[in-house]
Amino acid sequence: MRFIFKTSYAQDINLAKHSGHVFWYSALIACLVAAPWMVPEYWLAQLTFVLIYAVVGLGLMLLAGFTGLFSLGHAAFLGVGAYTQAVLTGYGVPFPIALAFSAALSAVVGVVVGLPALRVKGIYLGMATLSFGFIVEEVFARWESVTGGNAGKNLKAPDFYFFKADTGDSFYFVCLVVAIFCTLAVLNLLRSPTGRAFVAIRDSEISAQSMGINLARYKTLSFALSAALAGIGGALYAHKLRFISPDQFNILQSIDLLLMIVIGGLGSVHGAFLGAMFLILMPQLISASKAYLPDAIGQAPGLQGVVYGAVLVAFVLFEPYGLYGRWLKVRAYIELFPFYRKGMFKRQKTFQKSDRLK
Amino acid sequence: MTTDAPQNILLSAKDLSVRFGGVLAVNKVSFDVKRGEVFTLIGPNGAGKTTVFNLISRIYTPTEGALNFGGTDLLAQPAHAIASLGIARTFQNIELFEHASVLHNMLVGQHTLRASKSTSSLWREMFFTPSVRASEMAAREKVEHTIELLDLQHYRDTMVAGLPYGVRKVVELARALCAEPKLLLLDEPSSGLNVEETEDMAFWIQDIQRELGITVLMVEHDMTLVSKVSDRVLAMSQGEVLAMGTPRDVQTHPGVIEAYLGSVDDVSSLRRVQV
Repeated sequence: MRFIFKTSYAQDINLAKHSGHVFWYSALIACLVAAPWMVPEYWLAQLTFVLIYAVVGLGLMLLAGFTGLFSLGHAAFLGVGAYTQAVLTGYGVPFPIALAFSAALSAVVGVVVGLPALRVKGIYLGMATLSFGFIVEEVFARWESVTGGNAGKNLKAPDFYFFKADTGDSFYFVCLVVAIFCTLAVLNLLRSPTGRAFVAIRDSEISAQSMGINLARYKTLSFALSAALAGIGGALYAHKLRFISPDQFNILQSIDLLLMIVIGGLGSVHGAFLGAMFLILMPQLISASKAYLPDAIGQAPGLQGVVYGAVLVAFVLFEPYGLYGRWLKVRAYIELFPFYRKGMFKRQKTFQKSDRLK
Repeated sequence: MTTDAPQNILLSAKDLSVRFGGVLAVNKVSFDVKRGEVFTLIGPNGAGKTTVFNLISRIYTPTEGALNFGGTDLLAQPAHAIASLGIARTFQNIELFEHASVLHNMLVGQHTLRASKSTSSLWREMFFTPSVRASEMAAREKVEHTIELLDLQHYRDTMVAGLPYGVRKVVELARALCAEPKLLLLDEPSSGLNVEETEDMAFWIQDIQRELGITVLMVEHDMTLVSKVSDRVLAMSQGEVLAMGTPRDVQTHPGVIEAYLGSVDDVSSLRRVQV
């Protein structure tokens, strides 16, 4: 068990709260940097996907987990980023500039979607973003002169001025740098007034407003930032696959993204990464287990959907704080051994929200 | 009287009325809150006290009337601009940010004093530049003063969701104080508190008035607390003003007694011994 003796306010502000954090996160970064030499090519590609999805997950986490606005059409922002990247790099724009434009255009689209979000809440916001997702998917399919329609669009390898990231290893490093940069930006935002305003809106809009938080501004900002991160993720995704088509950005993708952050753990940055790992590993585990299952189950179509659904239901029922919540409990168990009590993390029900002004 | 001079009036409400469909929740309510006083609204449930609060914090817009705060027309301001004018409030049913620590809640209280509207500040925050860090440190320093005033040292890093009701009430007061308001609106500060906690609350309200020089407007049912801390009391019933004056005057006002207990005639029929 670690007891932190605080002697400065800076200790509460710093990202690394104690030497343990410094050690373990340095170790993690070292492993990630060494990964191309340590893991086979196939698994490095999966790791790249984890990083890409984590960036998108960070965006959705900011929106759903920290601002409390659920989006059922996040794949649309992923798509906007991917197609912007495809079109711009098609014209020979270098990768970093194209990436910035993808993020910016997604952010603009995010603002457009965010505006109705000022008026609708909860399930109605879900419906609004869901229909937005359908509209954008349709635009990708129909606007053939730009997107190539259902035939899809090919991309080149990311082109920097001085080198091309055309191998799996080099592209992995591109994704790693982008992911680290995005994570730090989100973490920094969360320890600043803006991030606190997001959390305030999530927990009580009425008192956030009374504390001087401009709901319209911060909700739109949250949508814009979230969309920008999804756009960055989309651009990387497009480069990784080298081919994009409208059906990659459909409702199923949106649901996967939402599933990712709910299973990872809503309201935690770790959750975005754990969720991304889950999302990438789960299909692998399912296909690996197919050989051991009876044919009637193993070869059945839609097995993945059933497993995903079951896992989601299980998490919502038994571990609403997701994989990260489970990790916190495991960590507490280890730290407190042998004093962990069963009811320690029991959820408290509060009854004070009965007649809030809506 | 010199104390009634216009520059001594912080908040002035004139003929405030608000109608929800067929219900006239507040009907032509006028009052002035003087700088530095504790002004209390009392009245039976449904009298419209909280509605008056929600009018001042611009959650509702009055059907008629005017609200002036230190020379600013409040009705011309959007709800989120009220805090930056110097009005902070608490809520009857505690509206804290539940899944955040006490410290986080109090730092949100500092929002209007710090957040700037420019996009460049967003970039600075993303990179957590030294200026952002310095501003965080300064904000923390200020928050610590409030923590000390209200004895919240033990709860800094506790999640609000895990706090008992009495402490939440204090945290909400602390959050409002962190906004460094000129006018503090307290909606039933003692509801749900035990006798000892209510005494603490009375003590703090006096401290806030005398030492921090903050004007307090509160809604309260506990008459012991009201008489102890209030300079003036306004009694409301059915959305209308019944009486205004010192706590003692208002408590003995026949209209107020009738609103709370019914009229003397109603009571006399219940007497067993005829007088």
